[in-house]
Amino acid sequence: YNSSLTKPPPAKYGGRHTVTLIPGDGIGPELLTHVRELFRFCCVPVDFEIVSIDSKSTSDDDMNNAITAIRRNGVALKGNIETNHNLPPSHISRNNILRTSLDLYANVIHCQTLPGVRTRHRDVDIIIIRENTEGEYSSLEHENVPGVVECLKIITRKKSLRIAEYAFNAARQNGRRRVTAVHKANIMKLGDGLFLQCCKEVAAGYPEITFDSMIVDNTTMQLVSKPQQFDVMVMPNLYGSVISNVCAGLVGGPGLVPGANYGKDYAVFETATRNTGKSIANKNIANPTATLLASCLMLDHLRLHGYASMIRKAILATVSETRLHTADLGGQGTTSEVVQSVMREIESKGPRTSEQI
Amino acid sequence: MAASSAALSLPKVFRPVLGLGRSGNPAKVWAAAASCRREKSTFVGRIIPPPAKYGGRHTVTLIPGDGIGPELLNHVRELFRFSCVPVDFEVVNVNSSVATEDDIHNAITAIRRNGVALKGNIETNHNMPPSHKSRNNLLRTSLDLFANMMHCQSLPGVQTRHKNIDIIIIRENTEGEYSSLEHESVSGVVESLKIITRYNSLRIADYAFRLAREKGRRRVTAVHKANIMKLADGLFLQCCKEVASGYPDIQFDSMIVDNTTMQLVSKPHQFDVMVMPNLYGNVVSNVCAGLVGGPGLVPGANYGTNYAVFETATRNTGKSIADKNIANPTAMLLASCLMLDHLRLHDYANMIRGAVLTTMNETRLHTADIGGQGTTSEVVQSVMKNIQSGGPLTTEQI
Repeated sequence: YNSSLTKPPPAKYGGRHTVTLIPGDGIGPELLTHVRELFRFCCVPVDFEIVSIDSKSTSDDDMNNAITAIRRNGVALKGNIETNHNLPPSHISRNNILRTSLDLYANVIHCQTLPGVRTRHRDVDIIIIRENTEGEYSSLEHENVPGVVECLKIITRKKSLRIAEYAFNAARQNGRRRVTAVHKANIMKLGDGLFLQCCKEVAAGYPEITFDSMIVDNTTMQLVSKPQQFDVMVMPNLYGSVISNVCAGLVGGPGLVPGANYGKDYAVFETATRNTGKSIANKNIANPTATLLASCLMLDHLRLHGYASMIRKAILATVSETRLHTADLGGQGTTSEVVQSVMREIESKGPRTSEQI
Repeated sequence: MAASSAALSLPKVFRPVLGLGRSGNPAKVWAAAASCRREKSTFVGRIIPPPAKYGGRHTVTLIPGDGIGPELLNHVRELFRFSCVPVDFEVVNVNSSVATEDDIHNAITAIRRNGVALKGNIETNHNMPPSHKSRNNLLRTSLDLFANMMHCQSLPGVQTRHKNIDIIIIRENTEGEYSSLEHESVSGVVESLKIITRYNSLRIADYAFRLAREKGRRRVTAVHKANIMKLADGLFLQCCKEVASGYPDIQFDSMIVDNTTMQLVSKPHQFDVMVMPNLYGNVVSNVCAGLVGGPGLVPGANYGTNYAVFETATRNTGKSIADKNIANPTAMLLASCLMLDHLRLHDYANMIRGAVLTTMNETRLHTADIGGQGTTSEVVQSVMKNIQSGGPLTTEQI
């Protein structure tokens, strides 16, 4: 995946990048530890600055530290931070605060069927571009009359144009032929109508790319019967959440798909479906593929393409081995076995000389 | 509002006032509703079908709609006449291209009179200004058809990627994101309001649990996004939990909508009954319809306290396949069976349903949407042949 709309930070201190690492909760810490281990093994010129966020505390200090660290470094790799439901509604989701403060307006998820993973659908290759900062996730709700809650979904022209521009640009750079806007403008005529109109306006500037639109309910139905018809999809926040999860389910589950959040100045990488995985934490059964592929996306963003493709090839070779599949793919492998196998794959390819880098 | 046209034929039921000014005072509403002559128990009450009139024949409002609606509903009428079903149809056309709301108000009055309707989907013209509301939405909110029930079952003759799916989806049908309340206070910034009320959430949760109990289901799952929309979906979830405590024999759990859709495409067998607000209901019902074979196979029902309207589950107009004799009539035929069940004409309903399912087993009669080359009329003829071979219904059976 190629994106030149977000500039990577310049390498500092002798060619080594510094990347903020937010372990998060659940399976985040153990998987990110594996990432660090793998990077050290491969001699990747990336140093991690670890910023922990305590999801149980109500103060904002942890979040502000993390945001400042990301502003400083420009790039981050994170696990999902749990949102405690027992705290009052004023306690906004930490992940959401991070995305809106850093204005990471585009969430990009590339769902591809991996060879070696048995799924019901073959040849799925969809790029989902989801608006990441507004829409239903504005956290603006109020209860004027007891028992009646109004939740505001905000759609703005500026952000819709921005995400549509991002989507078409990404489609052009990746050689994609078709962009589909997903909406519900037959019911939310002003809201999604504005989104659709912005997409049409931007589409006019990209004549080589076909643009069409589809209502979200029809889209989900088509996705479960004929997902091969979709190429690039762009949509507001909530539909993006649902559709990215449907597509992740189609290609094999939450343990396989990496996700990236891009803003104008910052980029944050994580798993696509943003699961905490509390029930499987610290049991060595989580699937590390999504987090490892997310770290490859990060390396691509830092223009360390040699390392990125090396690690990615090793991961894909490992995923083809059915006996190493973790529980979510129907196997019995452990996380450490998978990571060991990735390292062995990399080792067997021989050392990287300075010309290759 | 529908109040003016409803004045002539409004039964003595308290109708909650629609819109933002809706009061959340449930006690007053429940008491008034309980005093209605049609209600016999709790505020939701059992839905009592309209009394048969004129020698045991029911009158049902038929709204052809657009696209494939008219042709499929013609087939339904043909089939009913062939099977001697004691139902007369009062056809009310709704013209989707005009801007006035007279047509839809006539239809609503007819449904109020008859109590039951069978409809095709009415197209919403996108080129009209936003004040032109969706006719289907107007119908649902005016008649307060608060529960949309959809039973997704894998049909034996249809080949799908997942086998043996059996999920009941109960979707709140009147509020949520479909309130059609939007405004543009600042140019370029649109606010769309999603309304969740305690009254409607309690009502739909109660409906879901009662239905689960009646059908012997063990588990109800509430689908929500309360981690982000804490007040709105939080209220919905809380109402579901309150109602769940009154049904200790049924297990209750909740799942976030994105995780739900992911689980649906990988392991749909874990779901039993699902209850959810309007938009998630739309998405989840379409996913489930896709899992069992497509939009041509699943019927849907909209229930209110006094009215019931039956249609296809995924509410497609099917403009591109209209009048080509290739549409799949199964969804509409099964919807008419649901209607017959509602009218307590169970024998006719089982007879027609059995015939439709037998026809579905014949792969050479499958229509294009399920991968065959059959035509609509071939399918309907086959259903009629199956009914005929089943022998006449004697008077003792009816």
